[in-house]
Amino acid sequence: MNSEISGILFMFAASLAIGIPLGKYIARVYAGEKTLLDPVMNPVEKLFFRISGINAGKEMNWKQHMVAMLMINMIWFLLGMFVLMNQSWLPLNPDGNPNMSSDLAFNTSISFVVNCNLQHYSGETGLSYLGQLFLMFLQFVSAATGMAAAAILFVALKEKTTTQLGNFYNFFLKSITRVLLPLSMIIAVIFLLNGMPMGFEAKDSFTSLQGDTVQVSRGPVAAFVPIKHLGTNGGGFFGANSAHPLENPNYFTNIVEMIAQLIIPFAMIFAFGFYLRKRKLSRMIFAVMTIGFLLLAIPNIIMEVKGNPAIAAMGIDNSLGAMEGKEVRFGAAASGFWSIVTTVISTGSVNAMHDSTMPLSGMNELLAMMINAFYGGCGVGLLNFFIFIILAVFISGLMVGRTPEFMGKKVEAREIKIAMIIALLHPLLILAGTALSSYLVVNNPANAAWLNNPGHHGFSEMLYEYTSSAANNGSGFEGLGDNNLWWNISTGFVLILSRFLPIIGPVAIAGLLAQKKYIPASAGTLKTDTSTFGIMIFAVIVLITALAFFPALALGPIAEYFNLR
Amino acid sequence: MSKHTRVAKLFEPAMVREALRESFIKLAPAKMFRNPVMFTVWVGTLVMAGVCIWVMTGEKGQGDLTYNLIVTAILFITLLFANFAEAIAEARGKAQANSLRKTREETPARKLRIDDEKLKMEEDNHYQFSIINSSLLKKGDIFLCEAGDIIPSDGEIIEGLATIDESAITGESAPVIREAGGDKSSVTGGTKVLSDQIKVKVTTEPGESFLDKMIALVEGASRQKTPNEIALTILLAGFTLVFIIVTVTLKPFGDFAQTPITIAAFISLFVCLIPTTIGGLLSAIGIAGMDRALRANVITKSGKAVETAGDIDVLLLDKTGTITIGNRKATNFYPTPGVEEDHFIKSVVLSSMADDTPEGKSIIELGGIDLKNFKLNNPRFIKFTAETRSSGIDVDDLRIRKGAADAIKNLCEKKGNPMPDETNEIVKHISSNGGTPLVVAENEKVIGVIELQDIIKPGIRERFERLHKMGIKTVMVTGDNPLTAKYIAEKAGVDDFIAEAKPEDKMNYIRKEQAEGRLVAMMGDGTNDAPALAQADVGVAMNSGTQAAKEAGNMVDLDNDPTKLIEVVEIGKQLLMTRGTLTTFSIANDVAKYFAIVPALFVASIPALQGLNIMQLHSPESAMLSAVIFNAIIIPLLIPLALKGVAYKPIGASALLRRNLFIYGLGGIVIPFIGIKLIDLFVSLFF
Repeated sequence: MNSEISGILFMFAASLAIGIPLGKYIARVYAGEKTLLDPVMNPVEKLFFRISGINAGKEMNWKQHMVAMLMINMIWFLLGMFVLMNQSWLPLNPDGNPNMSSDLAFNTSISFVVNCNLQHYSGETGLSYLGQLFLMFLQFVSAATGMAAAAILFVALKEKTTTQLGNFYNFFLKSITRVLLPLSMIIAVIFLLNGMPMGFEAKDSFTSLQGDTVQVSRGPVAAFVPIKHLGTNGGGFFGANSAHPLENPNYFTNIVEMIAQLIIPFAMIFAFGFYLRKRKLSRMIFAVMTIGFLLLAIPNIIMEVKGNPAIAAMGIDNSLGAMEGKEVRFGAAASGFWSIVTTVISTGSVNAMHDSTMPLSGMNELLAMMINAFYGGCGVGLLNFFIFIILAVFISGLMVGRTPEFMGKKVEAREIKIAMIIALLHPLLILAGTALSSYLVVNNPANAAWLNNPGHHGFSEMLYEYTSSAANNGSGFEGLGDNNLWWNISTGFVLILSRFLPIIGPVAIAGLLAQKKYIPASAGTLKTDTSTFGIMIFAVIVLITALAFFPALALGPIAEYFNLR
Repeated sequence: MSKHTRVAKLFEPAMVREALRESFIKLAPAKMFRNPVMFTVWVGTLVMAGVCIWVMTGEKGQGDLTYNLIVTAILFITLLFANFAEAIAEARGKAQANSLRKTREETPARKLRIDDEKLKMEEDNHYQFSIINSSLLKKGDIFLCEAGDIIPSDGEIIEGLATIDESAITGESAPVIREAGGDKSSVTGGTKVLSDQIKVKVTTEPGESFLDKMIALVEGASRQKTPNEIALTILLAGFTLVFIIVTVTLKPFGDFAQTPITIAAFISLFVCLIPTTIGGLLSAIGIAGMDRALRANVITKSGKAVETAGDIDVLLLDKTGTITIGNRKATNFYPTPGVEEDHFIKSVVLSSMADDTPEGKSIIELGGIDLKNFKLNNPRFIKFTAETRSSGIDVDDLRIRKGAADAIKNLCEKKGNPMPDETNEIVKHISSNGGTPLVVAENEKVIGVIELQDIIKPGIRERFERLHKMGIKTVMVTGDNPLTAKYIAEKAGVDDFIAEAKPEDKMNYIRKEQAEGRLVAMMGDGTNDAPALAQADVGVAMNSGTQAAKEAGNMVDLDNDPTKLIEVVEIGKQLLMTRGTLTTFSIANDVAKYFAIVPALFVASIPALQGLNIMQLHSPESAMLSAVIFNAIIIPLLIPLALKGVAYKPIGASALLRRNLFIYGLGGIVIPFIGIKLIDLFVSLFF
């Protein structure tokens, strides 16, 4: 078999092999059971809670959970604004990088708080090391926010009838101390051994073979990159993200970074099953997500490996695949695979430029983010999927002649209302954002300078930017001139709305379900852990996405594809 | 269920005419507003009408006038089709209800003067009464009915007993007995007294009978959306909003791609995408559900009750009349060793001579002795009483008694005659086989045992089997002892039983199941059933039952058929399924419509998108029209399905989902591809 393909299979299998036991471990952590790290972390957590005066044993209802989540996120956002707008005089700025403008700081701070990391700047020139370290901190807490929200869902679905859903700060802190921090440390060591920089010295320089002096940026990269992937954040230390040789030095680190971004989304699905003692359900969820993932990833690998017909038509050798925008050390197959992993999961780190992938590969990357529930981000992927479960449960419940129910709880008008609002929000933000930008471009020729390409590809650039924002993904169809007031502010608002509402919605549904009376299953109850129901969820996901985005995609990548043929 | 079908055809000409008229009346904005999906179509139609006028005044950029007029007309027809679906469902429901109401046309009523009630019967066995029109009877009035009279109003017998022909209501020709005091004290207006005389108290105000309420429900005056209907409406409104977003944002997208899009195209796209199919049929489905219940001779007090019936987890059924054929029959004689069989048979037949209960008659039947052979001197018949729990006969110096084992045992032991061990054995044996032992004693000495057996209704086991597959737990309620109850429960195939049941036992059982989160349905007729009927999630009162029972339940069964619950459950399930499958179908249709409309929208300025025209539709105009036409005509095509309901099959929820997903999901994707293509072949002759 092609060694590039076996590399991909290995990455997937290894992620699964780590993800399942990790899921079991995470379930134990949230259930408060004994785990390996108790002796080390128990005192640390106690210390945190004592200093902050938080009673981690206080049970919260879903609203209290959400208030706690919004409060701490707000504080981080404001702190982030402060650091980014004052970094030039704050310590750890050996390169003398300037302060961020207020709109860029707004966008950057938001996008790191919401786990998106859109990055309308380049790390080399845009950030001090203090700025980088603060963003690293945000990558930890934003991932932990998502995981804690998923933990609320776990508790809500497990309890028969209750309003008491555990303590937010407890879930949040444990997500960091028990999962993200230890794993980051292990991965950081691997990266250090593979030559990733780690230190606080200023830029270095060397003389190239041509005799030019080249400036080389560095910094605490090995500390930064592990959480960037583990937390499905994707915010690069350098502008070129994981295509940069110091951020992703070789094929091996590429594998490690790939595995790092897959394991927690995988683990959360299995943790769900372990926690609820419904392993079959989590296997079904994993299967549905995997089928969706493969349907996007396999065509991308094929299209990228086959190369660009337009280039072949010019008589240029295309046998390595469509290599425009790709790194030779990873190759077309691994880059094609990465392009879907990073978009189905809300990582958004790139090891190749998505702008240069084939038109339908670009469409698949867009679709992955439009769906945003095949694996999905740390914790939030499961929450997004939960919305689709609720919609599928409702329709299929009716189809078998019973008031719909999930896990023994009736799904009624209120839950459907919330689920529908959340399902609606995603297309609304993406399409409205793209529509407004299109309008601005059409009506003010000066704005056409935003776009690197005219026509369909230019349209895709705008569509991609909002899709990436709304999916809290953070990858970009690079080429869009996005560091300006319009893009910084508009995507900033899309980021806030598309992060917090899709967390609050599912948690609210779960909280409402938790309060309801438990109905024991009978032979008439629709089982939700079967392949039939899996097909139903899959159909709901595909239909909702296809129906909302088909016209937009037709004008972007699909038109481009037919033009290229 | 078709036993009493009155309206045979789906579309009777008279009803269709009325429904057509109603379709226009329902165009009033206030009425349209109730249905958010169709309301948006209504707005779209108005906008298109405006566009037509604009084009007439010389606007060039919106396509030619004919095309715009056709689009407007199709949208208008779409609205009419949706209104027609609702109207025809209402018309059918009303016709059904009216055919019941017709039975209670105005009849003279013999109303007693208020103080007459205290008069009791006068010497000549007649009351003082005035003859008034039945429509003037008010709640609380008392009227008199004799053989041959049509009962003028619903009411409760307060004195007397009569045989009544209820065939006008139930379609059943065998007369029934109704009498004061018991659980069968209700009479229904329009039925006919065949014998005797009864005094009846009117229980409802004119125009407020259950039937009147039902008609109001069907007519929509008091129809409220059921919880599932509300949730589904939210879902459909959500989809509508998504498509509003899609359509509105398409304008700047089109501008960016330098593709002008006409208003007609925008509105066609929008109307095709929003779930008009289910939106147009939704209320028809709900009405049809109530109508189907009515067709099964069940009057529902709300649409919600029908819907809840589909969710039932536990079904409480009385043994007698439901599971077994009302009466027990004697099946065996067991003389005590040492007693001649002939002598024993002669004794039991003697003891049953005056016993006109079905059990007593069956003993004589089994004994096979001609009663005329007996010449008796001064026989004294001893009637059954609750204290002695035995009956019998005294002839000369012979005292024969038959009764419950412990009653006879007491009787004999008082005279110093213990119960023989063999008898005890037989009693136990009979009980454990579901029978009822009757011990017979002659002059306070046990001479043998009669075995009475319950006869389980033919076919009932299969019905329980079906319920079991639906996931419904059946519970038998009986006054029998636990041993007998267990035997019958096993034989009939019910899942659980309540033996030696007292009225409060039913209540407690229902509460227990409900506390565990299950929904319970029960059927009852007596006043002492009323609290349980009220407590149950679905309580079906028999029409023959007391007024209290009928008030407490949320459905009334005109047939007094205890197995009716099973049909009601299926009607409820059908109702939900029809909604679910048509929603799926409606949304799945959008795939094909996209493939028709999206290339049509853009192909003029982006020729490459011709690649999306996989149906090879003739032209952008024909593609657009075909999609809109398909969208319109699918509504009337699905009306029969909406009215009849999607058939329920007890094959397990997952299998059912697979089946419906295949038929309505996959079918919903495929059918419009074919339909739109066919319509396009026709439309392309003109465009």
